[in-house]
Amino acid sequence: MEILHMIFIAPFLDMVALPDLFFQGLWDGFVGGTLYALLALGFVLIFKASGVFNFSQPILMVLAALALVSFYEMGINPWISVALVLLLMYALAFGVERVILRNLVNQDGNILFMSTIGLTFVIIGAAQWIFGGVPRSMIHAELGFPVGSSEWPMFGGAVYFEHIDISAVVLASSLIAILAVFFSKTKIGRGLRAVADDHQAALSVGISLNQIWVIVWFVAGIVALVGGLFWGARSDVSFALQIIGLKALPVLIIGGFTSVPGAIIGGLIIGLGEKIFEIYWGPMMGGSVEGWFAYVIALVFLLFKPQGLFGEKIIERV
Amino acid sequence: MFDEKNTETVLEVSNIEVVYNNIILVLRGVSLSVEKGGITALLGGNGAGKSTTLKSISNLLRSERGEVTKGSIAYNGDNIKDLNPADMVRRGVIQVMEGRHCFEHLTVEENLLTGAYTRKGGRAEVQESLELVYNYFPRLRERRKSLAGYTSGGEQQMTAIGRALMSVPETILLDEPSMGLAPQLVEEIFEIVKQLNEKENVSFLLAEQNTNVALKYAHKGYILESGRVVMDGPAKELRENPDVKEFYLGMSEEGRSSFKETRSYRRRKRWL
Repeated sequence: MEILHMIFIAPFLDMVALPDLFFQGLWDGFVGGTLYALLALGFVLIFKASGVFNFSQPILMVLAALALVSFYEMGINPWISVALVLLLMYALAFGVERVILRNLVNQDGNILFMSTIGLTFVIIGAAQWIFGGVPRSMIHAELGFPVGSSEWPMFGGAVYFEHIDISAVVLASSLIAILAVFFSKTKIGRGLRAVADDHQAALSVGISLNQIWVIVWFVAGIVALVGGLFWGARSDVSFALQIIGLKALPVLIIGGFTSVPGAIIGGLIIGLGEKIFEIYWGPMMGGSVEGWFAYVIALVFLLFKPQGLFGEKIIERV
Repeated sequence: MFDEKNTETVLEVSNIEVVYNNIILVLRGVSLSVEKGGITALLGGNGAGKSTTLKSISNLLRSERGEVTKGSIAYNGDNIKDLNPADMVRRGVIQVMEGRHCFEHLTVEENLLTGAYTRKGGRAEVQESLELVYNYFPRLRERRKSLAGYTSGGEQQMTAIGRALMSVPETILLDEPSMGLAPQLVEEIFEIVKQLNEKENVSFLLAEQNTNVALKYAHKGYILESGRVVMDGPAKELRENPDVKEFYLGMSEEGRSSFKETRSYRRRKRWL
């Protein structure tokens, strides 16, 4: 009885007793969720356009963050550093298309997946060699993002809002909105969805696969930069960020690999869920449940709804 | 209107050989020519090499790991062997693939719009082409908001042809438009092909197994058998040719013969 009470009753009593703490948890989870959603979107775009599950997306985020900090440390103006990172991401997208995708066209999805694992380790090696492996702090303050926090009285207590978190939510959600519009309304977005549906037919109407691939990898690079900027600001800029980036994987399993809304909803479910779970159920399990909670939820989805919440509808005509 | 006396060749395929995966020889010396403003039929059974021929022209072959190893293909006099499919679409050659290949998760209208991907012109011009397609295929206008994957086989074939039209093509390579469609629909599709040919001045190279319908609408035809052209000529002559009647139209001198007889006869008499 004692244990049932601990699991099923006590946490909810705590939520009601201290609503400000509960709201704080929701806010923190929401910030994390938005950033997960953004990263997951990077995966979704590449998966849709080329059928590749891009294992290197998390390391792209690390690379973008590391490069940004390193350029700044070389004495380059922070905004020019951002431009340089974007250039680097474009060069990478171009290189990946030329060296990997173009040569593996029409190969099995697993082969392409393996190639992105290979790419991940190449990037890790190269980034360590060029930028070094020492954790550094993000330059968000230098870029003009507000630092510090505000305390708003709420529910008889107070909730803290880190200013950088507010910026993260605003920027990430605008980027998500822009990408969603780009995807559904523009000519290139339509071309991209066409490629996702049927490679051969897309080729036949004159859509250039090579061009589409460079675009989606570049978009994934931009997403990586924004993700890296804010995750870097929340912790340190180090290779450990890769672990956070990989959480986009359970997000995708929940939302569905091919769905933009799925990536957003999935991100929020994971972000909010793991925070609330950490606060109310974490202590009885010895803490730091945040690391694995997402994967357990993903496992449950795999068992009961393997295509995810918004996964590709399997069209069948009778 | 196509004038059989006064013709201009747009497409010239000379003696091409195609190999898949560096091993499998599919075409062994196919030559054909397509006249401007005409409908040319490419006939033959399964695996004769019709689709491969079309794909070597539209250059879709490479993405299937196929390669033209010998011979040449000229479009309007230019060698087009090393171009990519997008270049071909820009030059006015577009293929409608066998089995429709609509983008299932895009709406019918979005499908049509992808056909205008290579066009430079503004929104108004694209809108104009869209209207044109809807005028030829009124049924597509009704279904424009539905996902292409949920439309019927006939509607998908119309979508695929409409999508090709959106690129304002000069030549359409139409691969097996009759596949899986009811006879009445097949006639309907071919009627539209004929209209497009006459009114929009689009030349067609048409791969078909349905010899009967194809020869009814085409101006001339080629018959392929295991990667070789075994017969060619004006459609009228092919229709009257006793061998074509026997093998492809299923008729003997005394009228219709049974499938069984045709097969046993075929073993004795072959071309080449």
